[in-house]
Amino acid sequence: MTGAEGADACDLRAAILAGERSAAETLEASLAAIEERDGELGAFLSVERDTARARAIELDRRRAADPGAAAGALFGVPVAVKANLCMEGVTTPCGSRMLANYRAPYTATCVRRLLDADAIVVGVTNMDEFAMGSSSEHSAFGPTRNPWDLTRAPGGSSSGSAAAVAAGMVPVALGSDTGGSVRQPAALCGVGGFKPTYGRVSRHGLIAFGSSLDQVGPLARSVRDLERILGVISGHDPLDATSLPLPPIEPERPDRPERLDGLRVGVAAEYVGADLDAEVRTAVEAALEKLEELGAEAVEVRLPHTVHAIPTYYVVATAEASSNLARFDGVGFGARTEGDGSLQGMFAATREGAFGDEVKRRILLGTFVLSEGYHDAWYGRALRVRALLRRDFERAFEKVDVICGPTSPTPAFPLGERAGDPLAMYASDTLTVPTSLAGLPAVSVPCGFASGAADSPLPVGLQIIGPALADARVLRVAAAFESATEHHRPAPTSAGDGR
Amino acid sequence: MSEALCREGAAWVSAVTGTRWVGVIGLEVHAQLATNSKLFCSCEVRFGAPPNSLTCPVCTGQPGSLPVLNAAALGLAVRTALAVGADVAAESKFDRKHYFYCDIPKNYQISQYDRPFCTGGGIRLASGRFVRLTRIHLEEDAGKAIHDRGEHTLVDLNRAGVALIESVSEADLETPEEAVEYLEALKEIIRYAGAGEADMEKGQLRCDVNVSVRPEGEAWRTKVEIKNLNSFRHVREALEYEIPRQIEAYESGESARLPRQETRLFDASAGVTRTMRTKEEARDYRYFTEPDLPPITLTEAFVERQRGLLCELPQARRRRYREELGLSEYDARVLTGTREVADYFEAVARLCGRPKEAANWVANDLSRALADPEVAAGSIDELPVKPFDLAELIELVAAGTINTTGAREVLGLMVAGSGSPREIVAERGLEQVDDEASLEAWCREALEGREQVAADVRAGRTKAIGAVVGPVMKASGGKANPQRVREILLRLIAEDDQPRP
Repeated sequence: MTGAEGADACDLRAAILAGERSAAETLEASLAAIEERDGELGAFLSVERDTARARAIELDRRRAADPGAAAGALFGVPVAVKANLCMEGVTTPCGSRMLANYRAPYTATCVRRLLDADAIVVGVTNMDEFAMGSSSEHSAFGPTRNPWDLTRAPGGSSSGSAAAVAAGMVPVALGSDTGGSVRQPAALCGVGGFKPTYGRVSRHGLIAFGSSLDQVGPLARSVRDLERILGVISGHDPLDATSLPLPPIEPERPDRPERLDGLRVGVAAEYVGADLDAEVRTAVEAALEKLEELGAEAVEVRLPHTVHAIPTYYVVATAEASSNLARFDGVGFGARTEGDGSLQGMFAATREGAFGDEVKRRILLGTFVLSEGYHDAWYGRALRVRALLRRDFERAFEKVDVICGPTSPTPAFPLGERAGDPLAMYASDTLTVPTSLAGLPAVSVPCGFASGAADSPLPVGLQIIGPALADARVLRVAAAFESATEHHRPAPTSAGDGR
Repeated sequence: MSEALCREGAAWVSAVTGTRWVGVIGLEVHAQLATNSKLFCSCEVRFGAPPNSLTCPVCTGQPGSLPVLNAAALGLAVRTALAVGADVAAESKFDRKHYFYCDIPKNYQISQYDRPFCTGGGIRLASGRFVRLTRIHLEEDAGKAIHDRGEHTLVDLNRAGVALIESVSEADLETPEEAVEYLEALKEIIRYAGAGEADMEKGQLRCDVNVSVRPEGEAWRTKVEIKNLNSFRHVREALEYEIPRQIEAYESGESARLPRQETRLFDASAGVTRTMRTKEEARDYRYFTEPDLPPITLTEAFVERQRGLLCELPQARRRRYREELGLSEYDARVLTGTREVADYFEAVARLCGRPKEAANWVANDLSRALADPEVAAGSIDELPVKPFDLAELIELVAAGTINTTGAREVLGLMVAGSGSPREIVAERGLEQVDDEASLEAWCREALEGREQVAADVRAGRTKAIGAVVGPVMKASGGKANPQRVREILLRLIAEDDQPRP
């Protein structure tokens, strides 16, 4: 634990600035929690003890020298970073043998901004290889376990970030979301996870999977921490041409933050279909009632093309992935296997040896849908369906302010259950992929529990989706919901309980 | 070319069948843009730097790096498009073109596929033939793979990411000579547009050729692409080899020899083309829209600003020099040889208001100085003689302060950096002598013993006077005003004719 039970990043910073504890003490608590729990959870691929300690000492020294000096928005806050975000001098393995020893020569904008806000990066978290997966089982370095039940998956691909936050090893972490990779693990681990509007957080330094879908997003145990992190990492970046020319996301500050009077909440039949787990349905319905209690009005909306979202996503994302991952050829960086001595032989041997099966599957799929003669029937059509999905949302948002539903159709599933069945695994993202294709902001916040095996409860996530650029509105609804409920408070009990 | 084919004008005529064959040629020309930094990152662009010293995470394709478009490159590309009279698209986009090779770090090249920034336009050849351009697009250059330094292939990424424009022509060219003329014209335009140096030796201009042959008047046949053409001479030689090769293949009637759709490499040492890959081995580039770059939107204001920065092009300048300034075609050509010389000439002409004199001095005397290895000036702008100085010299001649002979001497001193013409003239006492008494004395002296000249002049053959002007000039040390000398001589001869008092 971070040493202050229930404390979030905002609390920790305030305590450090008030002189109640030092940055070094805060960091040591975080490192101790990692030491204690990560052996069984496997959330971290590396823990940067030395650099983190040096930084904490430096922050404390700075504070001691001039207590009145401005302190960054994350002063002394320990943060974990997903293994696909580059940080100079730190290995960025991206869950892959291909990059097992890759040290980036530069730092991602979002990480740079965390550091500029005086955060302390404590380590690099596990993930499905190249962010392709929903369970951590596609990591080349072994799976991460769900802190609520060690036999279950934490979700993915930001698996380690979600587990680290849920287990109290760090208060906040960065993940990345291409088709749900922040929101789904957040839901399955019982923490908050936010995917911003496409373009609000720089992708510079995020190792690309699906470039038109990828967004960096925070995971945290409170909505205000999500807001705090977003305030730091969002905002225009000249190093990313798809970054929107907008200032950082600022929290909306209504007169009565606990109320949602006049808010129109869309409920889509397509999101609460027959495939939904019964306990997830119950928890989400209760959440919707809670929103109505807070003054919101539920309005039925239609998102008719939702059924096509998964196939569309697996064409668009794999096409882009096949291109983005072409650079891993053994020439300039990453793993290399010489093969038969020819150039093509080296390319083939390197890629054959260092990519895992799921990555290979997606590269093949993406290569196929872009190839001559098939391009229009697959990739071209997927782009047209993507436009229809976007239009579904535009029409719905003419009538409502946000759309609410479940984040994941099921709570955490047992490790191994879906590993051999790609389509079952892909179905984990059914409810998160449409928003990714449309580039919209969405958050997952804890909204209850399903009963897992024995006495271990499994968290359920409520997804709140907003129209483009309404990031702050989504967070305000999440904050009101959080303040009216206790679902975010329970923490997974210590190791072994779920076994 | 075998003896069975004989070149007649633009055609190759078969001695066997009598068929008149013509070439069908299109060119794809890559030109590096003269930007300070690369197309998608801020790395410096420089020829000859140590390998991999001009690189960064973006142009080495590091994971997580992203391209950001260099607006300067876009400006130069647009200027080139305007210079060839092409249409500039209000919106265009970048695409990824995929192929695996060690000199392209991402294993895709950011290029433009189905919506280039520029379509249409063209170049007119001296024959009047208009060669249409299909399109011009922007793309990034590849690095260099070096295979001849030992066991391993070395990769230098200094060039990776440098801004290129690729100009694709229609197959409107027929002969190797036309292909070279087109390339020279395109090179001239790129240089005049300030878009690039287009130096083939430095790899700043690269060319692929598409060529087929057909009997005159008949439909097009299968085309072949030729790569590895590193100079205009290679382009000509490759076509001089390839066109007869294809004709002879058709004439042989052997189906195995018939030209097929393929890419061939030119072997400069052997002067032949060889199959590199056939259509079956053709690459599938799997183009799709570059998701890391938003579409390129060109506002009218941006395009007009580029138009304003575009100087008048050589063809238009030559016409204007002939028609408005009354210069000869030869002088017009010499003066437009490079943009620097043309700009220099125009500055001189404007300053002194005497375009013909300016043309003479720039095209003759100054060009000679420029060609002089001892002067060692790389371009006209490097000469110590600035347009203002030359204009002053021309004015001194026009005002009669010095004569042409003296002016040449002064220019020589100016080129050597001895100062402004007025200073040189004053220092060296080169002013023309206008003083009546001195001139008359020299004239009387010269007329002594030249009664025949005087007689000829009196008989109306005034040209004969020239034989006396020379000795007067000589006596004056070249400083006499020849116009005044002529007048005085005529007066003296006329006076001599009067009955003496």
